[in-house]
Amino acid sequence: MERPLTNFIRALRSSDVRVSTGEALDAARTLKLIGYADRAMLKDSLACVLAKSPEEKVTHDELFELYFSREDLPSQSAATGRNDDTATAGNEPPDPVELMESGDEAAITLALEKAAEAAGVDDIRFSTQVAYFAQQMVKQMGGGRLQARLLEALQTGGQDGDSEAQRLIDIRRALTMRARERAEKAFDVFGAGETQQFRDDYAADKKLSALDRSDMERMKRLVAKIAKRLAIKHSRRRKKRNRGQLDVRRTMRANAGLDGVPFNVIWRQKRRDRPKILVICDVSGSVAQYVRFLLLLLWSMKDVVPDLHAFAFSFRLGPVDETLEQNDFEVAMAKILREYGMGSTSYGQAWSDLKMNHEQLIDRRSTLLIMGDARSNYGDPRVDLFRDFAARAKRVIWLNPEAEPLWGTGDSVIPRYRPFCAQMSHVATLKDLERAVDEILSAYS
Amino acid sequence: MAKDLVTGYEPMTSVDAISAGLEGVGYISTRQISTAVFLAHGLRKPILIEGPAGVGKTDLAASLSRWLDLPLLRLQCYEGLDEGKALYEWKYGKQLLYTQILKEKLNDVIGDAETLQASLGKLSSFEDLFFSEQFLESRALLTAMKQEAGSVLLIDEIDKSDEEFEAFLLEVLSDYQVTVPEIGTIRANVPPIVILTSNNVRELGDALKRRCLHLHIGFPDHARERRIVRARVDGIEEALLDQLVSFVQSVREVDIKKRPSIAETVDWAKTLLLLHSTALDESFVRDTLNVLLKHESDIAMISPEVPKLLREAASKKPGGRMVSGYPDVG
Repeated sequence: MERPLTNFIRALRSSDVRVSTGEALDAARTLKLIGYADRAMLKDSLACVLAKSPEEKVTHDELFELYFSREDLPSQSAATGRNDDTATAGNEPPDPVELMESGDEAAITLALEKAAEAAGVDDIRFSTQVAYFAQQMVKQMGGGRLQARLLEALQTGGQDGDSEAQRLIDIRRALTMRARERAEKAFDVFGAGETQQFRDDYAADKKLSALDRSDMERMKRLVAKIAKRLAIKHSRRRKKRNRGQLDVRRTMRANAGLDGVPFNVIWRQKRRDRPKILVICDVSGSVAQYVRFLLLLLWSMKDVVPDLHAFAFSFRLGPVDETLEQNDFEVAMAKILREYGMGSTSYGQAWSDLKMNHEQLIDRRSTLLIMGDARSNYGDPRVDLFRDFAARAKRVIWLNPEAEPLWGTGDSVIPRYRPFCAQMSHVATLKDLERAVDEILSAYS
Repeated sequence: MAKDLVTGYEPMTSVDAISAGLEGVGYISTRQISTAVFLAHGLRKPILIEGPAGVGKTDLAASLSRWLDLPLLRLQCYEGLDEGKALYEWKYGKQLLYTQILKEKLNDVIGDAETLQASLGKLSSFEDLFFSEQFLESRALLTAMKQEAGSVLLIDEIDKSDEEFEAFLLEVLSDYQVTVPEIGTIRANVPPIVILTSNNVRELGDALKRRCLHLHIGFPDHARERRIVRARVDGIEEALLDQLVSFVQSVREVDIKKRPSIAETVDWAKTLLLLHSTALDESFVRDTLNVLLKHESDIAMISPEVPKLLREAASKKPGGRMVSGYPDVG
């Protein structure tokens, strides 16, 4: 396959566009069909073959502009084609001074490309490597000889020597600038995506309460990505074969050709339950930040979990579905915190509110998801009510932002709820959240 | 395969030829659309088209079939669609009927056979008869494979079908062949041009996406929408057309439940023509807003904005205002 194309595909992959081998082969066939001549058509065609969602198309278009902006691509690809490569590999690079002073753009570009290839600039990962790679490129282009001539000129001294030295310094500066530009572009194409990836991974492992405002945008993007990943995984509803119950109608039809002798027996199929989640959030100060991400994640998955109900409490408990639906997420969150976050935390009060007003929502296909630290200010934890909920619901899952050694210390009553929970886990990072939600949805498929 | 096989795809020689051909049957294409069609033909791959409702996804297939004068086979997907409805089914009724008739003739057929072996041998010749093409009800997919000169196969709203069906489609779409156990494998002599559409009700599987070319059709820009309306609505005045399209484009920029599609623009233009209106004025727009907007809340939202939008439409220069080209990504 042609090298410009494979490199472009590598750039796409590093920017989170999934390109399979099959698609790469398709791209190669497309190139054969279209050629490099018509740039706009090439862009449209590759977008068709390589980018398979609107988001990927945006990424593709950006990268295409960056990558194929290196001018006169067809002639360049011809010049650096395999045959020429071997022929010119042994040749010395042209003299940098002559090259820069000749002002021959094409020759300079070509030399830069060759140096870039020799220095492996396209392997760049981080922006801090730009200077290093620029230096390597200059070296490849005969920087050593330039340096030697410069030293010589300085030693000679005098009028001639100084002006000669100045000329060489200018040339070296120009050369370095060009190399830097080339390396920066390589970073934009190949490194930027991966740096982003690296930062994302780091953020996903960071404690949620330790995030500051500057991380919010990244986290939102990450949550959207996780939501999408989970949605794809869980949107498929499998049919469950229920052996033992005959589907009379379909069996008769299937065997009509056999004169009605039930040769192929068809069993009735039962669909799995759609997930129903009741999420109950302690929005007191210590937990609020975690709740924010849990709600954001769950709300981004509305398509997969249409049956989603959210409640917030610190003292009194109330439904917050409407607030979340009618407002922007940040606005909604602020409203919820204003309305419910001020009281002194009482789990007992929350349970009795839930029992009074919303118990009918809990049924055998609902998962009760509780986010809280169970620090109830020494009030009655109303374990009796909690037990009733657990008996009515499919499962109860408790996510606690506190680490396990702290459970049961001070006013924490979590050990008393523990026997009724199918699962109780410590959730500190976005990854933990993803795992927890994944687990809940897995119970339905 | 014979080299001189006549297929219906000869006119698709270049992207420009496709654009021109589609325009000839009233479909105003874009570069992206024509390129995708060209590639679909060149690479023998299906096109998966995504985008908001009413931007001409389905219409592309219909127009292609009209232009190339090939049969259009349409498979509308829905939850619970299975192979029987998409591929083929045995004609049970007919088979039963024939069985009944044969029953009476059974004695005549095996009458003179001496042994059980001999009568079985005589009967077995009928088995093949029952599972032959004569009793095969072929549905859209199988019909498409059987077309001698090629065809346009439209698999509409694939996102509404089940995952199982999507998986089943993979075989059909990658090899252009289907297997009927009793008869054998039926392979398309001339692969159909396959167009799948999706409104993104659910996320499609990666496997399907990998096998298709992906085309995103968004709302058209001013110039294209103008051309579409002009092609669809006869005798509309240029000035009115300009004003109308600008207005619709402005409405699309407002955050409403359902943004008006091209189909609705065309309907609106027809309405205006029917009412002999020569220019958009405020009360008139309000009265006919229900042609353009299909939600009560949207109408309530746009109604008070009409004068402002009209002023905007009048002052705005026609031309591309879409930032990303994929407007629903934002």
